[in-house]
Amino acid sequence: MRETGLYKVFDPLKVLFVIDHASPAPHVEAASAHKMMRDFAAKFGIRLFDVGEGICHQIVAENGYSRPFSLILGADSHTTTLGAFSAFATGVGSTDIALAIALGKTWLRVPESVKIAIEEEPKPFISGKDIILRIIKEVGVDGLTYRAVEFHGSAIKHISMDSRMTMCNMCVEAGAKTALFPSDEVLSMNLAQIGVEGIKLEADPDAEYEEIFSFDLDNLEPQVAEPPNVDRVRAVEELEGVEVDQVFIGSCTNGRYEDFLAAARILRGRKVKKGVRCIAVPASRSIYLRLLKEGLLHVLAESGFFIAHSTCGPCIGAHLGLLGPGETVISTSNRNFPGRMGDKNSRIYLASPATAAASAVEGKIADPRKYLGR
Amino acid sequence: MIDLEIRGRAWKLGDDISTDHIISGKYKFRAISNIQEMVPHVLEELIPDFYLKVRRGDIIVAGKNFGMGSSREHAPLLLKILGISAVVAESFARIFFRNSINIGLPVITASEVPRATEEGDVLSVDIEKGILINMSKGVKESIRPYPREFLEILECGGIVEYVRKHGDLPWRGTK
Repeated sequence: MRETGLYKVFDPLKVLFVIDHASPAPHVEAASAHKMMRDFAAKFGIRLFDVGEGICHQIVAENGYSRPFSLILGADSHTTTLGAFSAFATGVGSTDIALAIALGKTWLRVPESVKIAIEEEPKPFISGKDIILRIIKEVGVDGLTYRAVEFHGSAIKHISMDSRMTMCNMCVEAGAKTALFPSDEVLSMNLAQIGVEGIKLEADPDAEYEEIFSFDLDNLEPQVAEPPNVDRVRAVEELEGVEVDQVFIGSCTNGRYEDFLAAARILRGRKVKKGVRCIAVPASRSIYLRLLKEGLLHVLAESGFFIAHSTCGPCIGAHLGLLGPGETVISTSNRNFPGRMGDKNSRIYLASPATAAASAVEGKIADPRKYLGR
Repeated sequence: MIDLEIRGRAWKLGDDISTDHIISGKYKFRAISNIQEMVPHVLEELIPDFYLKVRRGDIIVAGKNFGMGSSREHAPLLLKILGISAVVAESFARIFFRNSINIGLPVITASEVPRATEEGDVLSVDIEKGILINMSKGVKESIRPYPREFLEILECGGIVEYVRKHGDLPWRGTK
């Protein structure tokens, strides 16, 4: 932008920089990019979250930037995560972001809306990850392309903010432009903690939808996506016994408190299977500190997990545990495309933190209900 | 400047080609400062040595949901650097679509022609008139014309060039 007359910032208070994708820098190229970001942020007075502070979507949420009616652009496809806060959040490319920073403007087409109605109370061992994998199985990897997703139904009140973020996060795996939860009691309580009150986003009673999908969650079982696409979803029972070389719990999809709590319930007093590399990466420093304070990091470390500070690293194959040829990982992240986490002939299974933790203990894909009860 | 009349040889790909297929994150995040270093890895897992085989002006023809996944702009940018003149697909993932317009790579949504096309066929596209032809197969299809703003961006060679020239985005009525 330097050469275009666009080397400017429309409003530094509306711009955040987060150094998360290859952080701390695993090579000089990343270090140079990080340095450029720090220099730019300092010059223009932009708030920058540096190494270890967190993954961008988590940072935006924790610092109260995502709230009902916010319009949030992120240079990352998983920006949809923030729809859990009734914000219109969407991912764009780096040129889009650069122009938005300079001009304070972007171009967006108004999307058609899709209603996803989820009913009945899910079983206690079910997390947002199982729910969204089940939904993607139904709609397919292009089933929501371009469209704005709205979550509705009687199940919503049973779904935590952490799980909602997981669900909105992965709507992009079906192509969605944005994914919104309504401003209900669960969200209001969360926002009240950071002093945000009184703004509520709800669907119009006469809203029209291009398509409606309905799901009953009361009989939902733990779900696993097998390679090579996110819609290749099966019940965990069908994949039990697939041997794994690595287990990853973390990412913007499943690196929150609830995720590690679920994992720790299974890992407490148990060891991970010998020969399996197990990696845990909380999505922010504040989550890390809470887990530390409550002794959950101790549980993970004692069971044999390698624990790192916040980074996107393993999910995108940037650093911190790439896969070798023919190796298999069960991961709580969001994409299982060939080669994403390492060698092109490695295999990625996607699952909830509970399923990943059970698999860590057994060294093969395992049903978490064996440890958590049915 | 981008030519709005395009003719080129087709490379045929299937459904759900992700931006990880086009350029894997493990290269993107390794060679951030030098995009040329990523060139040999473009589409490597689908078409080995694609960067050596591709010719300037070639067109990629694919099925549904082309460019799904990561928002990495390197995916359309590397296709453009390799000389790809357009991507024709049955549908596109939205971030790939907007990134392509922004960097000045024509992306064409169509149905009959991509289904009829085989690798090596010669295609012609008139973006302004909205006509797509597979000349090898004799299949012709009308395509939805681009909005005026897309044509203006493509004519400038991308949105940064457009803004450099005009000082603002092409959408009028924006404040």
